[in-house]
Amino acid sequence: METENSIEAHGLVRRFGKTTALDGVDLVARPGRVLGLLGPNGAGKTTAVRILATLLRPDGGEARVCGYDVVREAHQVRQLIGLTGQYASVDEGLSGMNNLVMIGRLLGMPRPRAKARATELLERFDLADAAQRPAKTYSGGMRRRLDLAASLVGDPRVLYLDEPTTGLDPRSRSDVWAMIRGLVADGATVLLTTQYLEEADQLAHDIVVIDHGKVIATGTPGELKAKVGSRVLEVSPADSSRLAVVADLLTERAGVSPSTDTDSGMVAVPVADATLLPTIIRELDDRGIELAEFALRKASLDEVFLSLTGHAADEPNGHESGELEGSPR
Amino acid sequence: MTTTALPAPSRRMSPVAGLRNAFTLTWRSLLKLRTNSEDLLGLSLQPIMYLLLFTYVFGGALGGSTHKYLQFALPGVLVLSVVFATLGTGLMLNQDISSGVFDRFRSLPIARSAPLAGAVLGDVVRYAISVAITLGFGMILGYRIGASPLSAAAGCLLLLTFALAMCWFSALIGLLVKTPQGVQWFGFLAYFPLVFGSNILVQSRTMPGWLQAFVKVNPMTYLTEAERGLLNGGPLATPVTRSLLWALGIFLVFAPLAVRVYRRRA
Repeated sequence: METENSIEAHGLVRRFGKTTALDGVDLVARPGRVLGLLGPNGAGKTTAVRILATLLRPDGGEARVCGYDVVREAHQVRQLIGLTGQYASVDEGLSGMNNLVMIGRLLGMPRPRAKARATELLERFDLADAAQRPAKTYSGGMRRRLDLAASLVGDPRVLYLDEPTTGLDPRSRSDVWAMIRGLVADGATVLLTTQYLEEADQLAHDIVVIDHGKVIATGTPGELKAKVGSRVLEVSPADSSRLAVVADLLTERAGVSPSTDTDSGMVAVPVADATLLPTIIRELDDRGIELAEFALRKASLDEVFLSLTGHAADEPNGHESGELEGSPR
Repeated sequence: MTTTALPAPSRRMSPVAGLRNAFTLTWRSLLKLRTNSEDLLGLSLQPIMYLLLFTYVFGGALGGSTHKYLQFALPGVLVLSVVFATLGTGLMLNQDISSGVFDRFRSLPIARSAPLAGAVLGDVVRYAISVAITLGFGMILGYRIGASPLSAAAGCLLLLTFALAMCWFSALIGLLVKTPQGVQWFGFLAYFPLVFGSNILVQSRTMPGWLQAFVKVNPMTYLTEAERGLLNGGPLATPVTRSLLWALGIFLVFAPLAVRVYRRRA
């Protein structure tokens, strides 16, 4: 029991009408680790979470949570999971306290214990002062924290966080990050979906990148970065009219097409092998190109994503399933 | 379920635990009613408006004098207020679904039917409020109960029973329609002919034949007659039996339908 994976999904398929939201997705989350499910809007992230949280049946494939099948043993799975998401939500008409007491009672706690647990969580999530106020008066960040607290009432072994920081300001976002780190330190397994690469980079031990309902890459953040060249060479010519020449040269040498930013006058290209650099410098010099900047830095996950999918992570991919994911039904 | 001891999760829901879930969610409905002053205000003001409108605007013309008409119409206004109040059930279910609260419930190890049962049970209190306000305000305007207090209490009970059946129809609308606005429109369109195509406000004698035919089979007609009998005094056996049969019929058709739609979505 102890060594088994917290989440294991094989070949998950889910269609909505003619759209295939998930097209054979495999996932593994190891106990006590954060699995980041990364992808643009409409990639199928939420559909995957809803299946793993027993809210939606897969059309194909199977998934197990701590060894229990999400379809046949849904009742057991529900005893093990906590869900915080774009959709699972708090009751705005109730106070923060009553929201948490209600969930404790639903989980079978006697009233005093449900109250004690609610108080403890409200304090931990810095909501004690607002405990008696209706949740509809909470700010976005407070509501998200209450949502997170609500998913923790039953001490879940596996926690699904579906875009937990979408729409939050940077401060609230880092608050939520700190809380997630705390939960993992306490031994929870977390499945985190996000379209923010930085978030996955910050929190996830393992990452699964999905796009158009398919897994397009898996690995640790480090492995993913290494996959597309671990470093990025950035070159700015002093004369920005020579940008195209620089780009051509880098294409030739690095073997991949670089991204050119005409605003900042910079060409960036992933490089797998640092021994290329002297050659590149020499050739730039041969063509009489003066350099304003020539720098080698670690690739960001954004660049990894771009090279994996061919489009940036925050761009919707134009897939019809984007609409479906936006709908709670 | 704590992180230190990891007991195996239970396989099934016990019926007792399921009932407890339903009561917890009933408690939630009541808390919401208490804290949502707008809902409470609307629930109370609606019957008051009907009473004022029917008594003072239409009463003289329809019943000869406002007092005589109030005496005739109040049992009908009770029916009308309670029936319209059942729309709240569908509205709340719909809001819970679109806000995501239902998804949270569904991700918890609770009885599948508990959210539905909790919503319906909580609403009985709403109906009781509606009945109390209609009757209370009617008495302020000069309405007097003609029958015995016991008979009047039976009248209130019959209203609640009927509302408890009607609210499953409302729940079905709440589950099928996409937005809360949609629930209000569909509910209004479905209820309007039922409520006004009846003898609630006038006797059906002056209506055209086809409408009289509709009024004759409309459950609201029987319920109104039963309420007149129980509150003002008059024939009881037929209208009360038929009202109860209608309530049972509505419940038997719409409760399973609502539960089915709910399960399919759940």
